[in-house]
Amino acid sequence: MSQDLHTQTLTQLAAGLDRGDFSSVELTEALLARIESHGKTLNAFVTVTAERALAAAQRADTARAAGDGGVLNGLPLAHKDIFCTRDVLTTCGSRMLENFISPYDATVVERLAGAGAVVLGKTNMDEFAMGSSNETSYFGPVKNPWDLACSPGGSSGGSSAAVAARLTPAATGTDTGGSIRQPAALTGTVGLKPTYGRVSRYGMIAFASSLDQAGVITRSSEDAALLLGVMAGFDKRDSTSIDQVVPDYVAGLSGSLKGLRVGIVRQHFDAGLDEKCAAAVRESLAVLESQGAILTEVDLPNLDLSVPTYYVVAPAECSSNLSRFDGVRFGHRADNPEDLYDLYCRSRGEGFGAEVKRRIMTGTYVLSAGYYDAYYLKAQQVRQLIADDFRKAFANVDVIAGPTAPTPAFKLGDKTDDPITMYLNDIYTIGANLAGLPGLSTPCGFVAGLPVGLHLVGPHWGEETLLRCAHQYEQQTNWHKACPEDFE
Amino acid sequence: MSLDKDQVQHIAKLARLRLADEEFGETVEKLSRIVDFVDQLAQAATADVVPMAHPLDAAQRLRPDEVTEANDRDHVQQNAPATAGGLYLVPKVIE
Repeated sequence: MSQDLHTQTLTQLAAGLDRGDFSSVELTEALLARIESHGKTLNAFVTVTAERALAAAQRADTARAAGDGGVLNGLPLAHKDIFCTRDVLTTCGSRMLENFISPYDATVVERLAGAGAVVLGKTNMDEFAMGSSNETSYFGPVKNPWDLACSPGGSSGGSSAAVAARLTPAATGTDTGGSIRQPAALTGTVGLKPTYGRVSRYGMIAFASSLDQAGVITRSSEDAALLLGVMAGFDKRDSTSIDQVVPDYVAGLSGSLKGLRVGIVRQHFDAGLDEKCAAAVRESLAVLESQGAILTEVDLPNLDLSVPTYYVVAPAECSSNLSRFDGVRFGHRADNPEDLYDLYCRSRGEGFGAEVKRRIMTGTYVLSAGYYDAYYLKAQQVRQLIADDFRKAFANVDVIAGPTAPTPAFKLGDKTDDPITMYLNDIYTIGANLAGLPGLSTPCGFVAGLPVGLHLVGPHWGEETLLRCAHQYEQQTNWHKACPEDFE
Repeated sequence: MSLDKDQVQHIAKLARLRLADEEFGETVEKLSRIVDFVDQLAQAATADVVPMAHPLDAAQRLRPDEVTEANDRDHVQQNAPATAGGLYLVPKVIE
């Protein structure tokens, strides 16, 4: 009965629980067993919360028997280890927080638990979400289930690998420059980054506060819609949360794509995009067209400046946010400090990895006396130009479609020598963060056995359109159902 | 190299980061590459462009200055490396 539970989506599992085909405890046990047998191979989890999960599943089953329970009652998922989980280790992939037991729950964690979700564990990630390959994690890189020699993308690579390998039907993620969408593309999963302000950032360890946004990695857009409906909404504890009505995203999935105006960005298909990836993306655009969408060319003239803009703004914000790690109140503390200055410098020097230190220093440099105008202010001006490009494009189209990443998954170790090569991985995704727009990646094909993602970007609060477009596309294609051979 | 050793030393000091001797050379080289890369922003025509303050042009929300949280000190301090009597301990600051 329960052998194939791991292959089902959240929506399918919810129906099975409703029918009484299996209990949440049986489902949770089946997935914990899979995590036990495959988790180490992939290094996808930092912490597995088996006891808590089974207790939550038991509560969900009891609630169901009494006719109670939220929309996610008894459904399992995993949290990226950037979300604070009360009384559970929350490391953010860093030595700095190796022993940090969060005293409170993030709003995302609280809301999903409130709807009845069962948390299987915390997924591995690039340290403080700074990376595009999961190689900066203090706990070692995550492996891509499609090819263990490859990266699952990053920074939400533990979440993407776990969902792709059917260790969990869904996982949360965060996206500052592409950290949900790029790993989703590289693992053949669906990744949704909502509009800035749509989901509360309270309890989500901050990297770059004007760019960070919480979202999900799932195996269908239908599941992403289900989870977003629970996660989204105003939260007074996040001063950048926006009070905007949360639509019924699941109900919004139906409806045809007839007349949907889809913008194709000329610059997306320039040099830099792998030719076979380009072909897969073009084919997916033809599918949308066959479903009634109208393809129109749009122009994002400042696209090339998005990566350098990001690498001023994000490090600047990170250098401020990570100043809280001082070795005094929580986190790593160096032994035998000579004085307070030595305590700060050595605690931070030992607690942070190389990439995090580089970003803090880049940020410190661009904010320092004499450089602020040339770098930080200039970048915020260019950011405005980039946002204007999107505004103009969305005057004529409902959705912008293109590649999520320039190549399929790359080999672990291939891009670690040159930070710039790694940074350029996010060229197609970063613009949405700079402009605060929602973005979604859904599987659209394979190149040499590795998945490719179709990237959709919408105007502010355009999640419904993105989800409907991706869901309707998924009804015509089977790419999102493909499973890596060793994880069937 | 757009940054030299002294500049990087200064940045590290501002950022309160102690770099081990063996990571110093690589840090100078990689930070220089990052600075060279972001230098291309200088070419962008941005005269009269208002720097972005918020991606949705939203203003910071204010709330009444009221106590809303209970004192959770003991629970929170369980993560602290060194405390005594509810205080955080640091090396002596004033002689």
